[in-house]
Amino acid sequence: MIRVVVQDAAIDFATETDRHDAGGHGATASFVGRVRGDDGVTQLFLEHHPQMTERGLADLAHAAADRWRLPALTLIHRVGAMAPGETIVLVLASSPHRAEALAACTFLIDRLKTDVMLWKRETLADGAARWVEPRTADQERAEGWD
Amino acid sequence: MALQLAYFAWVRERMGCGEEQVEPPADVATASDLIAWLAARDDRGARAFAEPARIRVAIDGQMMGNDAALAGARDVALFPPVTGG
Repeated sequence: MIRVVVQDAAIDFATETDRHDAGGHGATASFVGRVRGDDGVTQLFLEHHPQMTERGLADLAHAAADRWRLPALTLIHRVGAMAPGETIVLVLASSPHRAEALAACTFLIDRLKTDVMLWKRETLADGAARWVEPRTADQERAEGWD
Repeated sequence: MALQLAYFAWVRERMGCGEEQVEPPADVATASDLIAWLAARDDRGARAFAEPARIRVAIDGQMMGNDAALAGARDVALFPPVTGG
């Protein structure tokens, strides 16, 4: 089962893991992306497209399911304002064996950084805001899956 | 050719709005042409589209290359490279 969610609400790891793992799969790989608090960042805002962000995540989830055996896949991305330490993104990928689960999890986080309509804006302690620039290393990692 | 435009992130901020309807002239045939036309149209366009290489495009809900044709398009989104995850 593929589950893709874009939400304003906080992502609760335990709740989502319980929901995801109901089938009792052999291996579940997870990735939790959190807001970094370095560089004096006090708030992160995630801007998204009302339709295309969720569709982009769903396209990626289906691409992963075509590539690996994934009886369960959960992909949740938070949008809106969040504080350092809060979860931005959660990937849960389950497969009969670990190699496929781990590969799918890595694929999904690598590709969603370059393929999905989401933009990060950081607010600093003095109130100044800046849009996060894409990183070349992220682009290279994403292209590595082509 | 009426187009419904949507802007995101710093493109939206520099344009001062999230969406607008435009009627570009007939020689605006591709997304690149549209970006150049917007950059030449007024000050806010000049600020938002000063670096066309930093602009990404979606046409009618599909991410496309900037050389994509606009023929038959209704909705065009213009935005910076994405930074989610």
